[in-house]
Order: sequence, then structure tokens, then C-alpha cells
Amino acid sequence: MNKVLAQTRVELALTLRRGESVLLSLGIPVLLLVFFSFVDVLPTGTDDPIDFLAPGVLALAVMSTAMVGLGIATGFERQYGVLKRLGSTPLGRPALLAAKTLAILAVELLQVAVLAAVAVALGWRPSGSVVAMVPAMLLATVAFAGLGLLMAGRLRGEAVLAAANGLYLVLLLLGGMVIPVGELPGALRTVARALPAAALSDVLHATSTAAAVPGRAWLVLVAWAVVAPLAAVVTFRWE
Amino acid sequence: MPAVDVSGLVVRYPGDVTAVDGLSFTAEAGEVLALLGPNGAGKTTTVETLEGYKSPTAGTVRVLDLDPVADHARLTSRIGVMLQKGGVYPGIRPVEALRLFAAFYDSPEHPARLLDRLGLAGVARTPWRRLSGGEQQRLSLALALVGRPEVAFLDEPTAGVDVAGRQVIREVIGELRDRGACVLLATHELDEAERVADRVVIVDHGRLLAEGTPAELMSATERTSIDFGAPPDLDVAGLSAAVGASVVEVRPGQYSVATAPSPATVAAITAWLAEHDLPLGDLRAGRQSLEDVFLRLTGDS
Repeated sequence: MNKVLAQTRVELALTLRRGESVLLSLGIPVLLLVFFSFVDVLPTGTDDPIDFLAPGVLALAVMSTAMVGLGIATGFERQYGVLKRLGSTPLGRPALLAAKTLAILAVELLQVAVLAAVAVALGWRPSGSVVAMVPAMLLATVAFAGLGLLMAGRLRGEAVLAAANGLYLVLLLLGGMVIPVGELPGALRTVARALPAAALSDVLHATSTAAAVPGRAWLVLVAWAVVAPLAAVVTFRWE
Repeated sequence: MPAVDVSGLVVRYPGDVTAVDGLSFTAEAGEVLALLGPNGAGKTTTVETLEGYKSPTAGTVRVLDLDPVADHARLTSRIGVMLQKGGVYPGIRPVEALRLFAAFYDSPEHPARLLDRLGLAGVARTPWRRLSGGEQQRLSLALALVGRPEVAFLDEPTAGVDVAGRQVIREVIGELRDRGACVLLATHELDEAERVADRVVIVDHGRLLAEGTPAELMSATERTSIDFGAPPDLDVAGLSAAVGASVVEVRPGQYSVATAPSPATVAAITAWLAEHDLPLGDLRAGRQSLEDVFLRLTGDS
């Protein structure tokens, strides 16, 4: 346990020390939240744009940390031989995985605290069950971490950087985070609904507005949470 | 039971590249063994097989009487590893890295003491990527030692390290041996092998070429000439007559006397030079240098 905590502490410290990772996990979500709640140009379909933006940006935060942050960091750790070197210490792979998970959850906790505070300050009053958001965010974390590690396990650090940021942008646009999925043209909408990003924001929107949660969204989330990590485990190369 | 036991090791890579081709040697506790060979000789592959990163294609390797792959989890707390390159988070600080690794072991060295010993106290809070090559090597060594290993695998530990840094690394390796650890050192640097190793195993193309203490290796083959430096264009005929052996000027100012070295021949050479009031440059007689042995062995294969 001591090993896991020491490893978690370092993973966390290194993440918070990287400027680009703080920008990605906090800077961009806060900026989107503040900007679009004042500049009301998005077809959010809610009385106050913040009611759409707050859950969307929480979904974005999970995606940026679990997929982009984890993927890029792990890709470079693999490239620099860090994972290889850790492999000959008594840490062990399960403990390393546990530490990375704990570090991600800690960052997400920080993100949720900051983003929720900003959203509430901007007038967000979630009417649904906030607690119901937790399992959806956990499932999405597993799914996105699987996608991040899928890229990190095979590509060079720079390639993961490009791929993860590219995917981030695509999923941001198709993920119902700032633009409602319903506004997308037909075929694109169908594709978007099958992706984990839109599934997560669908569930978060519904739970925060006390609307009925679409069962399909849960199904999509669970499916990605099973398939993505499995694919990562099968294809991952430690060095 | 030797600390490290390599027996008939063969490692082949996909594409039928044979990196190690029937290598056998052992290393004992309290011994520094240098695996010496040119780049691509199979040193790193051998070491990585012992560390459990690779499985033998044929033959066996044992470390502390354990199988590095099958018993990996039982072995990691007893070995220390220094990879040839990298292995450290680019953004981590030396003190952080050492504290982290110390947390992996039951009775680790004190991180502050190790930083001090390896001359890293001044850069304890400088991120790895901003350390000099020599500082990075010393931190990698510190990370290999923090768990008080019984066997340490050091792959090119002095590569890119300045003279002072090399001295520290040699001393630390010596201390490791003195407290009973087995140190396996992979290097292509003859000078390092000669200075720190108790025994040297010379490998090339994945095969063992020679094995022994540096002294044994250097005296294994008799030198057949005396070589010395003096002003160019000496009267080699006169000198040949004086020493009773043929002398040739191999290049301007460098002479080779074709005879097995003996004190009498050396005396004859120096007497002749003194008689003609000539200065003597370097003089090489007696046993071969490790470099001579190495070049002869690896040149033939």
C-alpha cells in the first residue's frame, strides 16, 4: 500500500506540474464554461446556457484527464523507458495501475470541485440527483482510460500527443459537451450517439436536470468501458 | 551457488538475428564482473535476460538461484537495475525519484545519503530533463542502489560521464562489492573494465572470447616486441646492431624492436639512446594492455 501511495503521489505531482496538462484538465473547461455562459450563441435548448454547459464541461473534464492526460503521459513514459524501469522494481504492474487510477480520480475530484464551483457561481442549479452522476463518470473514466492506454501502448509519445489531442477535439465537437448532439446532422448524430463522449454527457445532462436517463446512453458507456480497456490490455507494449 | 549463472544462453530476435549465441559465465557475490565487448556484441541482451525482460531462446540463466522471468516478483526486491538509457520520468526531481524508489523496498538506503554520495545534492530538485548526461547517469545508478541490491546490473554506467563523475561511480561500485553484492557491468570501455572489474568476460557476436582477471587476460599472450617513441630518423641499423634485434621505424618517431621484452634488451635500447644523447618518449614492454588483447580477440572474430 505504501508503494501504491508513493507512486500515486508522484504521478499526481508530475501531472499538476505540467502546464499543458493543467491547461487541458482545468483551463479549457473553465474557459468554455465561462465564455459560453456569457456569450449565449450555442443552441443549448435550455433557458440558461449554464444548465447545458455545466454537465457538458464535467464530461469534457473526465475525457481530458482519463484519455488525453493519461494517454500522453503513459506514451512518453513508455518511450523514455520509465515503464520498463519500473518493471524491474518491486512495484509491480497491478500497483502501478492502481496508482495511475488513484491519481486520475484525484485530478477528477479537483476538476469537479473547481468546475462545479464556477458553474454554481455562474448560476447553475442542478435539479436532479448529483449522486447519480458519479457512476457515469466512473464508467466513462474506465472507457476513456482504455482509449488513452490503447494509443499509449503502441504509439510513440509524440504520436500519442497528436492522436489524443485530435480525438479530444473530435469528441468535444461530437460529444454533446458544447454542442447538443441533437443539433448534428442525421448520420453524424448516429455516429456521435455510439461514442462514449456523447453517452457520458447525455447521462450527465439527464441526471442534472432530473430528466429520464436514456438507457441507450448507459449501454454505450458500459460497452466502451469493457471494450476499450480490453483492447488496451491485449495490444499494450511495455517497451 | 553463484549469484549470476549464465549457461549456454542463446537469444534470437525475430528475423533470425542471433544476439547471444551460446554464452556461459558465472559471477559470485562480492565480485565485480565486467561484460566487455564492442557495440552490438550482445551485452545488453544478456543483461536484459538476467533482469527478466527477455526470455532465453535456449540455455538457462539464474540470478540468486531464481529464474528471472518465472520468479520475477521474488527477484525484483533483491536486484538493482541501471538501464543503458532513460528509465526516469523527464519531469521528476532526483530527490523525488529516490524517495519513490525507496518506498518500493523494505530497508532502502537513505535517499539524502545517496544523493550526497553521488554528488547530486546540489541538483536534488532539478528536473531530470535538465540534468547533465553525467548527472542523469549518476541518478540512474543511485536508483539501482537504493534498494540495497544483492545483485546490481549496470549497463554502460559511465557512458557520457566526466572524469570526476567516473571516479565517484567507480568508488560506489567498489563499495557495493565490499559489502558483498555481485555487480555485473556491461561496458565497451576497456579502461573502465580494467579499473573496476575483478573479472572480465570478453564477448563479441554473442560469444565468449576470453575470460579472466584483467591481469590474467593481459599476460595470457606474450608480447613479441618492445615499442618506444624517440626522435624520428634514428639510425635503426646501428640500433639494431646494438640491441641484437631488428628495429624498424613504424611511423616517424615510433619504433618497434622485434624481440620478446627482457630487461637486458630494454637496457641496451636506453643505453644506445643515452650514448647518442637522445630523449626517450613512451616505452611499452612487458605484458599487453587490455586494449591489445581486446583488439586482437575482437579483430579475429
